[in-house]
Amino acid sequence: MTPPAENVHWLFATLLLGFGLCLLARAIVGETLWNGSTWRRYLLPTVLFGIGAAMWPVTVFFVVSPIHMLAHTSWAQLMMLAGIAQLGLVVGRLTSRWWNLLVPLALSVSGAMFVIHERNPWLFMRSSFLHHLIGWTLIIGSLLPLALVFRPRSTVLSAGFAGLAIAVSVMLYADRDLAPIFGHLSPLAGTKPAVTEVQP
Amino acid sequence: MEIEVAGPLERASHTAWRVVALSAIGPLTVLAGVVWTVAQPYRLTLLDPRAHGAWDHIAQPPLLVAAIGLLFHLLVARPLRQTLERSP
Repeated sequence: MTPPAENVHWLFATLLLGFGLCLLARAIVGETLWNGSTWRRYLLPTVLFGIGAAMWPVTVFFVVSPIHMLAHTSWAQLMMLAGIAQLGLVVGRLTSRWWNLLVPLALSVSGAMFVIHERNPWLFMRSSFLHHLIGWTLIIGSLLPLALVFRPRSTVLSAGFAGLAIAVSVMLYADRDLAPIFGHLSPLAGTKPAVTEVQP
Repeated sequence: MEIEVAGPLERASHTAWRVVALSAIGPLTVLAGVVWTVAQPYRLTLLDPRAHGAWDHIAQPPLLVAAIGLLFHLLVARPLRQTLERSP
């Protein structure tokens, strides 16, 4: 039983929200204190890897078009790769800080894929608008983890990265399969409005 | 003399600020979920179970937000706060 796309977006939003809150906590207490506990040290890389792994069922069950499959596969692979690299750095098997570059790479490619695999214009319907918005937010926001590679102890950059994850999760929660955006809903999008739109 | 006193005081104030910020994240997230439920009660499918499918019951955004806030507070923020308070 394949879930509706909006439910999948909301479940990913939940994962991202948890990831963002943990990033925020790490930004507040600092990396040294955060890494003081073994399970906490592994938490963020594991969640990152988990988000990538969770993309595979999406790849399999939502084969709308080849570009959708390509987008979801690239996401899955890069998020898993970034998670594994972070895990390697935490364990000490990887020592070069340049492995951290995989995080901004994963985010920027994810953003590009959001934009590329959305074939409709911004105001076609709400999900189209949000796909474009999330895509560009991720592309521009990937500068934050990129800057963190060079200034890993910056509280502002760390908090900004957490804010990025939380902002994207809010956008994903706002996603509906069929709903207008700023009063616009293309007649080509369908006729059955989402539950939110029939409410007073 | 003033400088010697200001150092530990400033550090204590900084730690207190971090404890407050850390302790507030979880409850604020739960509050966001509760406010969302009040603002958009139709997103809570529990209120009208027969009109929705299984996936709608699994993924109820306001409940998920509140649950994440609660889990974060209990599993991450609380132990981290204790560590922070014990740290020199």
